[in-house]
Amino acid sequence: MRNVFIVAKRELAAYFATPVASVFIVIFLVLQGALTFNLGGFFDRGQADLNPFFTFIPWVFLLLVPAITMRLWAEERRLGTIELLLTLPITQLQAVVGKFLAAWAFCAIALALTFPFVITVNILGNPDNGVIASGYVGSLLVAGAFLSVGSALSALTKNQVIAFVLAVAVCFVFAVASYPVVTDFLSRNTPVLADIARRIAVIDRFQDFTRGVVSLRDLIFFATFIGFWLFLNAVIIEQRKAD
Amino acid sequence: MPAEGEPVLIEIAALTKRFGGFTAVDDVSFSVARGEVLGFLGPNGAGKSTTMRMLAGFMIPTSGVARICGHDVQADGIAARRALGFLPEGAPTYPEMTVGGFLTFCAKVRGFGRKELAQRIDHAVTLTRLESVMLQPVETLSKGFKRRVGLAQALLHDPPVLVLDEPTDGLDPNQKHEVRALIAQMAPHKAIVISTHILEEVDAVCSRAIIIAAGRIVADETPQDLMGRHPSGRLEDVFRQLTTEVA
Repeated sequence: MRNVFIVAKRELAAYFATPVASVFIVIFLVLQGALTFNLGGFFDRGQADLNPFFTFIPWVFLLLVPAITMRLWAEERRLGTIELLLTLPITQLQAVVGKFLAAWAFCAIALALTFPFVITVNILGNPDNGVIASGYVGSLLVAGAFLSVGSALSALTKNQVIAFVLAVAVCFVFAVASYPVVTDFLSRNTPVLADIARRIAVIDRFQDFTRGVVSLRDLIFFATFIGFWLFLNAVIIEQRKAD
Repeated sequence: MPAEGEPVLIEIAALTKRFGGFTAVDDVSFSVARGEVLGFLGPNGAGKSTTMRMLAGFMIPTSGVARICGHDVQADGIAARRALGFLPEGAPTYPEMTVGGFLTFCAKVRGFGRKELAQRIDHAVTLTRLESVMLQPVETLSKGFKRRVGLAQALLHDPPVLVLDEPTDGLDPNQKHEVRALIAQMAPHKAIVISTHILEEVDAVCSRAIIIAAGRIVADETPQDLMGRHPSGRLEDVFRQLTTEVA
């Protein structure tokens, strides 16, 4: 566990040592704000909740989370530092989890900086802060799910652009898996897959959280999802660390 | 030919690495005892770095085993890597970190606590003369300094086994001399493998030399014996003779 935190701390510091951190946070806040106010009609709705905010956040994450994860392993490969990291006395899994936690902590920081939304609705009305809190928990879990996908795919290549594009594509599949466009197609051809697609859809699970429902089933889903991708990440590193 | 009475710290047995149909390292075996400095020579692409990567546990061999202090680098990797100081090819370091930050990270991963950590870093920094650049980001350093940062990282935990892939590449003549002196000074207490292109280096610091060509060992003897192989008595001529025959 100690090694996990040492790796995570170094990785988190690396985000802030380069302009990556400030650029990401600024773009995230501007994009999320613009979508919430303009497309979401935050003020016009006249309701004291953060629904417009939470409607857009998975899509903003879909675009921006792969930008955080693309460097995690691809950069190590390109610089050759992967050879250094993996010949230190740590296990692959410790390195994988450490990097993931750093990226997750970074997302949590970006998410925490959206606090003015919470203050605004509380000044303008009497929102249900429990629902808002569960929405934030859900957002963080969606970020974690996308991060685990992006991290594993970043381990496949030394090219950050490829890592980014792959991650956006795969995250998109998991985001829209329960949408009629996917499930209708699947139920016509392979009904079994349609059922699976509905169960693995990240956005569906997230919507429970935005309604204020934090269920054990959803928590287990996210934990399993993240665990699976991190395990896959460790396997990829083990199998092709030197390539 | 490990020295008499000294424990064998590095053992490589029938190590082979194939990439598709290409055999990069072909049935390489040798062992290194404490007190030996083994010079690993060969033309570019002969399999030097591949062998060193397998020895460090970074690359998985197609067949064969490598052991460091008796620990199989694949099956018992953590124990093997604890006993190993490794300078990878090109001395990679995290460019955005400061020298001090980078060495602190490595020392923490090596498990050193506060007080010992500072001592270990101080010691490694003194050995490699990095005092003046401790607060600089690695990416702003010259090639020679970068190489020495990589070297400092490998020496932090005073490991019984050192594997250095081209430790003097990119250094100026004075720095080369210093690194060689450092290696010679550490030699009695460690088993050291260095790869190099510089043949004079072999004569200067190595107690034994292995020449590898096209993935196979073509010579394994003392530099003096090696020089005797060619009438001119020059290592350069022996090297050319041995490595062009195979290639």
